Amino acid sequence: MNFIDNPRKLRGFEKNIRVEKVSRRSILKGLGVTGGFVLAAPVMTRQAFAYETGAGKMPHGIVVDPRVFVAVAPDGTVTILAHRSEMGTGVRTSLPLVVAEEMEADWSKVKVQQAHGDEVKFGNQDTDGSRSTRHYLMPMRQIGASARTMLEQAAAKRWGVPATEVKAANHEVVHNASGRKLGFGELAADAAKESVPSIEGLKLKDPKDFRYLGKGQVGIVDLHDITTGKARYGADVRLPGMKYAVIARPPVTGGKLTSFDPDAALKVPGVEKVMQVRGWPWPSKFQPLGGVAVIARNTGAAIKGRDALKLVWDDGANGKYDSVAYRKELEEASRKPGLVVRKEGDADGALKGADKVIVGEYYIPHLAHVSMEPPVAVADVKGDKAEIWAPVQSPGGTREDVAKTLGIPEGNVTVNVTLLGGGFGRKSKCDYALEAALLSKELGAPVKVQWTREDDIHNGFLHTVSVERIEAGLDKDGKVTAWRHRSVAPSIASTFAAGTKHQAPFELGMGLVDMPFEIANISCENPEAAAFTRIGWFRSVSNIPRAFAVQSMVGEIANATGRDQKETLLALIGSPRIVKPNVKDMWNYGEPYDSYPIDTARLRKVVELVAEKGEWGRQVPKGHGLGIAVHRSFVSYIATIVEVAVDEKGKLTVPRVDTAIDCGTYVNPERIASQIEGAAIMGLSLAKYGAVTFKDGKVEQTNFDDFQVVRIDEAPLVTNVHIVPPSPDTPPSGVGEPGVPPFAPALLNAIFAATGKRIRALPIGKQLEA
Amino acid sequence: MIKVKINGQEQSWDGDPDLPLLWFLRDEAGLTGTKFGCGKALCGACTVIVDKEAVRSCITSINDVAGREVTTIEGLHPDGDHPVQKAWRQVNVPQCGFCQAGQIMQAAALLMDNPKPSHDQIREAMSGNICRCGCYQRIENAVHLASTGV
Repeated sequence: MNFIDNPRKLRGFEKNIRVEKVSRRSILKGLGVTGGFVLAAPVMTRQAFAYETGAGKMPHGIVVDPRVFVAVAPDGTVTILAHRSEMGTGVRTSLPLVVAEEMEADWSKVKVQQAHGDEVKFGNQDTDGSRSTRHYLMPMRQIGASARTMLEQAAAKRWGVPATEVKAANHEVVHNASGRKLGFGELAADAAKESVPSIEGLKLKDPKDFRYLGKGQVGIVDLHDITTGKARYGADVRLPGMKYAVIARPPVTGGKLTSFDPDAALKVPGVEKVMQVRGWPWPSKFQPLGGVAVIARNTGAAIKGRDALKLVWDDGANGKYDSVAYRKELEEASRKPGLVVRKEGDADGALKGADKVIVGEYYIPHLAHVSMEPPVAVADVKGDKAEIWAPVQSPGGTREDVAKTLGIPEGNVTVNVTLLGGGFGRKSKCDYALEAALLSKELGAPVKVQWTREDDIHNGFLHTVSVERIEAGLDKDGKVTAWRHRSVAPSIASTFAAGTKHQAPFELGMGLVDMPFEIANISCENPEAAAFTRIGWFRSVSNIPRAFAVQSMVGEIANATGRDQKETLLALIGSPRIVKPNVKDMWNYGEPYDSYPIDTARLRKVVELVAEKGEWGRQVPKGHGLGIAVHRSFVSYIATIVEVAVDEKGKLTVPRVDTAIDCGTYVNPERIASQIEGAAIMGLSLAKYGAVTFKDGKVEQTNFDDFQVVRIDEAPLVTNVHIVPPSPDTPPSGVGEPGVPPFAPALLNAIFAATGKRIRALPIGKQLEA
Repeated sequence: MIKVKINGQEQSWDGDPDLPLLWFLRDEAGLTGTKFGCGKALCGACTVIVDKEAVRSCITSINDVAGREVTTIEGLHPDGDHPVQKAWRQVNVPQCGFCQAGQIMQAAALLMDNPKPSHDQIREAMSGNICRCGCYQRIENAVHLASTGV
């Protein structure tokens, strides 16, 4: 068995929290700021946190060091580093905003600078798992508070008054008794000489004094640049002498090039060279697949050249992968006992003795991320040094992998992080940066590797394909007494280790073993499933199939018992309590269970909130229906109500969506709303259209014509977002991903309410037309 | 030699006349605001305005626009203050932002043709532009705002 409890273990997990001594010079250089002061470092210990998170267990842990993240220039400009990748969540604004809040900096005098990939210096940079705010809200507050305290100390000394008499406010320090004031810029040099306050003694701001946090009044820092075309994404990097490349990759995962004829490609105007790219045998984590690169003076010529290549491939062992046959295999596996991963009571016995057993088998195919910006990277390799510019979710991991791939020290690799034109987990895998590095090394010139949309769909790291089979046993009163859930899906771990047959704890923990219902007899099982293509993280990951299955089953139980969906859901959730599943490795999104337990009071609350705000039970016109679903993921609680309309021809529209989210303490409610609005679109896309299928080992879809996503004319007419106000001591939890999982089951429950049709296989496609 | 006016400036090209305008703009002229999303006119990320019409630059050759006037996101307004751009900022439309240049150019072309589009007309005109982040509700609201005065 090949369980990987945290996939990131595969790259240097052993190095936990680490605060490095960084010289003043290197910080100034790193920040590109001349003069001014850089704060000395308070070293954070885990005990210093008001609540504990799993941040310290991430590769390289956390670095809470104001010298690394903050600089004040003599003119008062405050530069704050953003060390997480911006792919649309707003994190490049949110985390620096937290520092500015605590520091009493005026946001209009703050510059945000993107950190390069260096986890020793910045701590973990893996922008995935909906972790950024959860792991960094408190550290960023402490960084800001340290900076503020030192500025206050410097001012107090200058005036010869006790530090307790001065107060930083809006970019200056004020001595109220005398009315004296000094700007942050004027204090910068002195503040740098101040001793660092102890963490224990740090005074954080009272939330009632927050100017920015929780308000949602600050737009993202890139807003103007995005609307004027100046924002720089991976593909927008241009270097002198840079070549443009596209690569023909094996159409079947693990396939190899047999022969190629470059002649016709070389005749295309603008094409300069055709060369082979090294590939690694499958599986090999994020290493390139290999193939043939066409190098040209522009991307258009490279694409035209690639079209003219004559290529012969050996498809290898995965050449028989067929989605129709594979679905049957998964279904058959789901009908037999599998590895038991959670057991409470006696589900087998209780199912046998049940008055009624409801069985649902739910199928969801592979999905492609199709971020609007296809994978792309620029590399400039000179001798034993490499510089990369790329839209990567894992800048630190990219640096490690580039170093390993080129056989050079990690310190010789610079990874510049551009904006990401969407990520959704695809850009957690840096294969495209590795391709660029390999090509630049061989060419001796800077090179941009551009993936086309077809490449993105054919050669990605797809969302898994799964069958989720649930059997619910009911007693004569309609109470659920037994629950057996078998989840069969190839694991992401298969991309790291050959022969992987079971899902890893981090997948089982996404809606299978952490199922929150109050049922006496529970069995969660994981029958074997082998992988035949590259499987990877996709926004919300295994929560998508699990919420789809579990919440659809709730709808089926409601129908079988003739009860209201919402009441059935609340009855299954049961009493307000902390759920303690009998599971060997709960994973819990890497978070300590004490800080982030499964709290059914919070789960109930989002159901009740969405029901109230979303007017559950309202009269809807004929052909319309309401559906509800709730799901805890990324340690947040989300409930969604979808209203659908299905006309007599089976055309589906979505007049209204309501979602309630409890994500604990938060930074920017405006960006939470945008994430949830977007999650409804992604949820609707995967429900209506999402399917990547294989025949003869090859992906059958090619572009947005046959891998469709929802467009504006089919978007919900309105999506309302209702955020649960945080109680003061609720730790922050995920936002980027949790909105997606409940959408599809709420939609399917609504379709059932509207039409009486229960859809158990996604995508919906033409099923409503039948 | 193909001559084309881009954002008011005369540009020339003596390479492959079939080169898609998108790649001329991005790789040859250095105007990277126009984005590559699909290469098949399916997503609208590459939308520019040729004379007064929104076109997909990924399937429009440089030869097709010879002697014509091309406007990209960089040339829409000298200060970036076209009503559509202002509305976009007021409504906080973007998430990742990658598709937004194409969305904005499409919206600007729509308003040239129809200064007061209905919500249905907005949804129809903008349906060729995909946003994977799902900013559609805000796109619709921003186009509406731009049409009613920012």
